[in-house]
Amino acid sequence: MNEMNEVRKPPVATTGIIGWLRINLFFNWTNSLITLFVVYCLYQFIPWILDWTIFSADFKYNYLGEQITNQEMCSRNLDPENGGACWAVIYVRFYQFIYGFYPKVEVWRVNLAYIMLAFALLPLLYAKLPYRKYFLYFTYIFPVIAYFLLNGGLGFTEVSTNKWGGLLVTLVLGCTGIALAFPIGIMLALGRRSKLPVISMMCTLFIEFIRGVPLITLLFFGMVMLPLFLPEGIDMDGLVRVLVAVTLFQSAYMAEVIRGGLQAIPPGQYEAAKSLGMSYWRMNLLIILPQAIRISIPPIVNTSIGLFKDTTLVIIVGILDLLGIGRGTLADTNWLGLSYEIYFFVSLVFFIFTFGMSRYSLYLEKKLKTGINMGAD
Amino acid sequence: MRSNLGFFSDEKFRSIFFQTLVVGLFALGLFFVITTTSYNLEKRNIATGWSFLQNPAGFDISFSPFLEFKSTDTHLKVYFVGVLNTLLVSITGCIAATILGFILGIVRLSSNWLLSRLVYIYVEFSRNVPLLLQIILWYSILIQLPRVKQSLQVLDVFYISNRGLYSPRPIFESGFSYVSIAIVLALISSFLINRWAKKRQDKTGQQFPVFSSSIGLIFIVPLILFFILGSPLSFEHPELKGFNFKGGLVIRPEFIAMFLALSIYTAAFISEIVRAGIMSVSKGQREASAAIGLKQTWIMRLIIIPQALRVIVPPLTSQYLNLTKNSSLGIAVGYADLVHGFGGISLNQTGQAIECMAIVMATYLSISLTISFFMNIYNRSIQFKEK
Repeated sequence: MNEMNEVRKPPVATTGIIGWLRINLFFNWTNSLITLFVVYCLYQFIPWILDWTIFSADFKYNYLGEQITNQEMCSRNLDPENGGACWAVIYVRFYQFIYGFYPKVEVWRVNLAYIMLAFALLPLLYAKLPYRKYFLYFTYIFPVIAYFLLNGGLGFTEVSTNKWGGLLVTLVLGCTGIALAFPIGIMLALGRRSKLPVISMMCTLFIEFIRGVPLITLLFFGMVMLPLFLPEGIDMDGLVRVLVAVTLFQSAYMAEVIRGGLQAIPPGQYEAAKSLGMSYWRMNLLIILPQAIRISIPPIVNTSIGLFKDTTLVIIVGILDLLGIGRGTLADTNWLGLSYEIYFFVSLVFFIFTFGMSRYSLYLEKKLKTGINMGAD
Repeated sequence: MRSNLGFFSDEKFRSIFFQTLVVGLFALGLFFVITTTSYNLEKRNIATGWSFLQNPAGFDISFSPFLEFKSTDTHLKVYFVGVLNTLLVSITGCIAATILGFILGIVRLSSNWLLSRLVYIYVEFSRNVPLLLQIILWYSILIQLPRVKQSLQVLDVFYISNRGLYSPRPIFESGFSYVSIAIVLALISSFLINRWAKKRQDKTGQQFPVFSSSIGLIFIVPLILFFILGSPLSFEHPELKGFNFKGGLVIRPEFIAMFLALSIYTAAFISEIVRAGIMSVSKGQREASAAIGLKQTWIMRLIIIPQALRVIVPPLTSQYLNLTKNSSLGIAVGYADLVHGFGGISLNQTGQAIECMAIVMATYLSISLTISFFMNIYNRSIQFKEK
């Protein structure tokens, strides 16, 4: 009987590194074959990509030690046998990628706006921030500050938006689109669920129309049709027209996401709020929306990722965002033929932003799953 | 705390009041927009109405596989070419994205750690880089292919160059219509056999070899007919003449770039949907089916996939809608779809922005509604049926 009680060690074959390898990579012979094949492909591919991107690449100087100022000086164009990527194009054009054609004297304003943006986002992203309340006040006034800082006025010299470009335009479009679409989306979602048939029908029609057409047609709408709709003398800025289109587009998607959140609120919440004598707006503002928005934050972040990627579409109507600057650089005879380097860089920048956002959304999802217990009561 | 506004506290009155207010404001806004627009149009000498559709377009479309297009053709024909091109890239893209997405979704759940990680990396990269960038990247890779004179040959019949993929064009001779009729009949009859076999199995438990009999009907019968009729099909091979190929079937790099980018981008999303769908089927289902002695492949086909489809189909529908709408990005590489051909060039030539955009938007709306309609029917057919 004593032998039965003695603690037996797990079989060696399923623990430790060898056990892990056995279970995950060499479980049976097909599995092992697949593993070996994948390892072989990676063995062929990884050294090549590392060599191209890093070891044989030019960053600022070519292999002769000269500073690169155009594509002819890239190592791979001087000696096709031995060059890798030519990142010098990013180095030389870095200013344009980040600020567009913003005047160099005024560029501190953009830098300041970038830093302030980080501070404005902090309380939104991190709920346990100390003194979050005061940070939030800053977040509310940030759009006003940023407008005067970037555009000019209040003593700053004016910098017209056709000088903006690169990451600046991408961030302005993304952030403004998301920030404006949020309240409009809430109103549309409430409207669609409204008991008043006319309002609900109008909101539904608007949402379904916007969701049924591609963003590019809305951008065309903003660029070619909007000026026709407005009386003479009102001349809208190109960036503003694009922003109108992007905001309309995003608010329809935001509305559907928030409507999903509203639908998840148990009817008891509405009934309880009404029984306390709350009006429609008080009930929604204090009881329903805080709960609905909280559960729809992960999908809100996901549609925001979609919008952030979709801001690249503005290059089709001639606004130079990050991708637009990249294409512009490629059209320059000095940097002809460096498309892989430029597209790699632009993809990487977008990847960092969107991947960060999607990780954040996953983190929120996990936190919410453990944090609240909706509908159980 | 009743307000003393009297009748204004009456819910019914308030509802009517607000709705009339909204309708009134909307009508006022519409009236304002229409008057300013007609004034602006008049001032800029822009014609209105639909007569421009009958005017000759005056430009060429490089890729029009279904309709013969000349520059003397009308704007209406530009529209039809655009719709067909949009549908072509959307449908082929949806099919490819679904196949690739299902494979990747299943591979992502593979017990092989390395393989599943590899798919994960692919999914993350593909999802997090803007689609437009991917389209442009594919296009820039394709146009860096060798020139026509040095084009790569595959199997001596396909030629790949920076002008696209050239392949032999099938020429259907007179007898071929019988073969196509036979294929259609075979498809219908195998569908009927499938239904009959299912009914019989439900009643009696007897199985019928549906799969092999359908294969026989669809492939072998038309093939025999094809040879009896004396192979009424020949191929026109592309031939290098001067600087370009003459004859043959050409698939332009714009289309290939769009097709690759759309299907690879959407497949990443579909693979995540498929993965979530398969994971949503409870473990007990797999164990139970193993316990009654089903084969591993049957468990997937008969137990897991049908249940997973209930979760998969609704988000899959929205991916199809997204892909169709994203096909409008063809304008970035000059793919002559609806937006580029009709909404772009025709609009610029005629200046009739409102009419062109209205047509383009209405077309996309109707395509979207059609897809949702059919996917909803399909969705209903696979949901739980309560008997």
